[in-house]
Amino acid sequence: MKSYEALRTAPNPDHAVVRGPGEVEVHLHVNGESRTAIIEPRVSLLDALRDRLELTGTKKGCNQGACGACTVWVDGRRVLSCLTLAITCENREVTTIEALSEGDTLHPMQQAFLDCDAFQCGYCTPGQIMSAVALLAEGHVGDDTEIGEWMSGNICRCAAYPHIRAAIRRVRDEGGPGDASR
Amino acid sequence: MSPAIGATLNRVDGRFKVRGESRYSAEVPVPNLTHAVVVNAKIASGRITAIDTSEAERAEGVLAVLTHRNLSPVATVPKLLPSLAGLAAPGQSFFPMQDETIHYAGQPVAIVVADTIERADHAGTLIRFEYAPTPATTLLDQARDQAYVPERIFGGLLPGHASRGDVAKALAEAEVCVDTTYRFAPNHHNPIEPSASTAVWEDADRLTVYDSTQGPNSVQFTLAELLGLPPISIRVVSHAVGGSFGSKAMVWHHPALAALAARHVGRPVRLVLTREQMFTSCGHREEQEQRITLAAGADGRITALRHHKLSLTSPFDDWAEPSLQSPSVAYTSPNYEGIYHLVRGNTITPTFTRAPGEATGMFALECAMDELAERIGVDPLELRLRNYSATDPESGKPWSSSGLTECYQRAAELFGWHGRDPRPRSRREGQWLIGTGMASALYPVTQPVNPQRARARLYNDGTAVVEAGVSEFGTGVFTAMTQVAADGLGIPVERVRFVGGSSDLPNVTAAVGSAGTSAVGSAVHLATTQLRDELIRRAVADDHSPLRGADPAAVQVRDGKMVLRDRPDVGETYADLMHRTFMPDVEVLGTWNPPPQDAGYGVHTFGAQMAEVAVDADLGVVRVRRMVGVFAPGRVLNRKTAHSQLMGGMLWGLGQALLEATRMDPRMGRWANASLGDYLVPVNADAPDVVVDTIEVHDEVVNPLGMKGVGEIGVVGVAAAIANAVHHATGRRQYELPITLEKLL
Ligand code: FES
Ligand code: FES
Repeated sequence: MKSYEALRTAPNPDHAVVRGPGEVEVHLHVNGESRTAIIEPRVSLLDALRDRLELTGTKKGCNQGACGACTVWVDGRRVLSCLTLAITCENREVTTIEALSEGDTLHPMQQAFLDCDAFQCGYCTPGQIMSAVALLAEGHVGDDTEIGEWMSGNICRCAAYPHIRAAIRRVRDEGGPGDASR
Repeated sequence: MSPAIGATLNRVDGRFKVRGESRYSAEVPVPNLTHAVVVNAKIASGRITAIDTSEAERAEGVLAVLTHRNLSPVATVPKLLPSLAGLAAPGQSFFPMQDETIHYAGQPVAIVVADTIERADHAGTLIRFEYAPTPATTLLDQARDQAYVPERIFGGLLPGHASRGDVAKALAEAEVCVDTTYRFAPNHHNPIEPSASTAVWEDADRLTVYDSTQGPNSVQFTLAELLGLPPISIRVVSHAVGGSFGSKAMVWHHPALAALAARHVGRPVRLVLTREQMFTSCGHREEQEQRITLAAGADGRITALRHHKLSLTSPFDDWAEPSLQSPSVAYTSPNYEGIYHLVRGNTITPTFTRAPGEATGMFALECAMDELAERIGVDPLELRLRNYSATDPESGKPWSSSGLTECYQRAAELFGWHGRDPRPRSRREGQWLIGTGMASALYPVTQPVNPQRARARLYNDGTAVVEAGVSEFGTGVFTAMTQVAADGLGIPVERVRFVGGSSDLPNVTAAVGSAGTSAVGSAVHLATTQLRDELIRRAVADDHSPLRGADPAAVQVRDGKMVLRDRPDVGETYADLMHRTFMPDVEVLGTWNPPPQDAGYGVHTFGAQMAEVAVDADLGVVRVRRMVGVFAPGRVLNRKTAHSQLMGGMLWGLGQALLEATRMDPRMGRWANASLGDYLVPVNADAPDVVVDTIEVHDEVVNPLGMKGVGEIGVVGVAAAIANAVHHATGRRQYELPITLEKLL
């Protein structure tokens, strides 16, 4: 299970090298595992996750940075994976929705989304949950107005918004940790 | 064991969704997969005069570049027919890429197939087209003089005009008359999951398509006609669908294009529409205006309603969303005239958009009612009560069930409506002008035409699998069906697994028109209760059963145990009976034959909406502070999921009222804001907490469980309630949606 706070302090050395434009070997660290993809440098982190690494929990809603469905954590920061090139994530820790539960036990935020019916079609949900957990850790969930503002980067066309706020409130009020360390 | 129906069960597919494990159509792993990208026409009208595909064909990873010149033609182009009819259901009576003619901007003109999505995408930009454009019509204002009245609309299912009584006479004699015209911007559905099809040919006449759809069987039948294959050759699978709102209710071009492309390259093809393509590939709510003329006596009793609609349709179909239907029966009105006027333009055929027609038609009527209330000095709620119709004003027949007056009453209590100061601009908090408004909500109960089927199989350990071809796009239908099946069989929900989402399963209609859950629910109810009765029959006929010789009608099932109703200690479990008699399982196919639409009753769903807004006196910004919606949707299968749908619908109404508009650039004939950054939908900060309540009305007419549907009624009336609240706050009537702030400056 991934600790949001701990990830933020991960070292992230960058090395300027020229690779591409053809396919290159890209080494990623996703959900605690080393993964290698043979991809062109133009491949987004989102497409690398979904199409190359079979991690389809992260969703593609617009591919333009407008909906939030593709939200993942890179070195413990909320990132729109559709606007991030996979190759720039080498030597960084990528965390996706698939890493949030511990075995069969849901992360408290996942459980709260389920219990509060904070989704309908579920397509925006992984992104909502990745944002929600992060906002809790960042301390942006003081009241409903603040939650509403900070969660407005994640569109839910089913409009489960009041229930999304309820789920976040519940985890906040139960003293649930923003990270998954509980 | 308390009944499962009505309980607040968490979604049965919820765990998968919060863990990111549900496989939506573009996520099903397929070996040897290739990726297709559609290229769209940049002009709105004209012809392709030249195409150069050479550079695209040479690009790395490209397997095929298909245009009308080398794409194998479709076998037949079926006519538009709403998918509720249960047959082939193309979104328009036109299929692209058959010749060089361009009818609308965004029409598919080429498909590129490559080994990766990036390469397909890039190669698509390398195709060069030359066009000979012709003048295009893309706005109502460009061609209102060419309007015509269609004989029928909506795939031929509804008349283009209707009347009763003598409207002209009633208007001439009216003591009060409200005559107003409302304009509506086009709207796009924008589900967060873009439409996606993955086509896999197992051999020359066996095709599987993973498709995001409201009706796997509709896709199967439509593909069969387009591809010239028998339905047995086509399997359509839809495990999970990421929202639809009407965009996936009809069958558009992408599944067939994916299938044709896959056949061409001899490999599976995945075709996912881009967000921009979602604005030109699966219909929209059309640009329209509606004129309402309300005649009334000085007491506010309506004597005539005239309702005319003018809207833009495609070159192919007489499509208008049916805006006049619900308003025509909302209130007693002895004299009525409703007419659709259409203008043909260069557009894809518009389509169902959540509360298709009701959202706009009831906006017009309910704003006019508010104006009438103000004119005669009567409380808006009181005006509705004075005009309440206890029978269907169109047919004179009784309602199968109503509950509308209870909805008004409950909404007024929850909202605190009574004691409202009716004067505009009577409440102010700092720079905010506060206003409240209300509206009625109506949505028709539309019956599927064909038998609806579901299969129930009980295993000898007492667990059951129940199947029907319905897809789950957020309605909660898999959860509700689990509950219906559990009650039908008399076993706990944990022992039921509902399986849907494939055309191989028993045929149910596409889940459209708020009728999906009732259609499949009726079939599941019949299948499971018939299975239960079958086992009771076997038990009472079995010499070794403690129930031998009992009257089957005296036996009930609780927690998987068949017992005598008045002696619950006498009986045995399904499992005991089945083990003893060597039955591995028992299976029943349940068939529900829907009653005819006109079965001696008026059938509608009713509700009441109330909203409070705050309008910035200087800037014109409108914030919705709270909303109350009370509905009478018949039997509620799952309180939690049903309330979620109603709540989502109400927030859709908020979007319709204040935010949503697709803007046409008439010079180019293209949408100017085809993205989620530019087409505004409600975000979290826009959405107030919403109070939803339901009045349970008993309805024995509509279907065996008395369900009337919750998918769309939540939208209806919200925009009017908000517009009326804006008037109450500011004193300014709103005649155009969305109510953007410049209208309040
Ligand atoms: S897919 Fe990345 S923001 Fe929409
Ligand atoms: S649950 Fe459907 S978009 Fe949020």
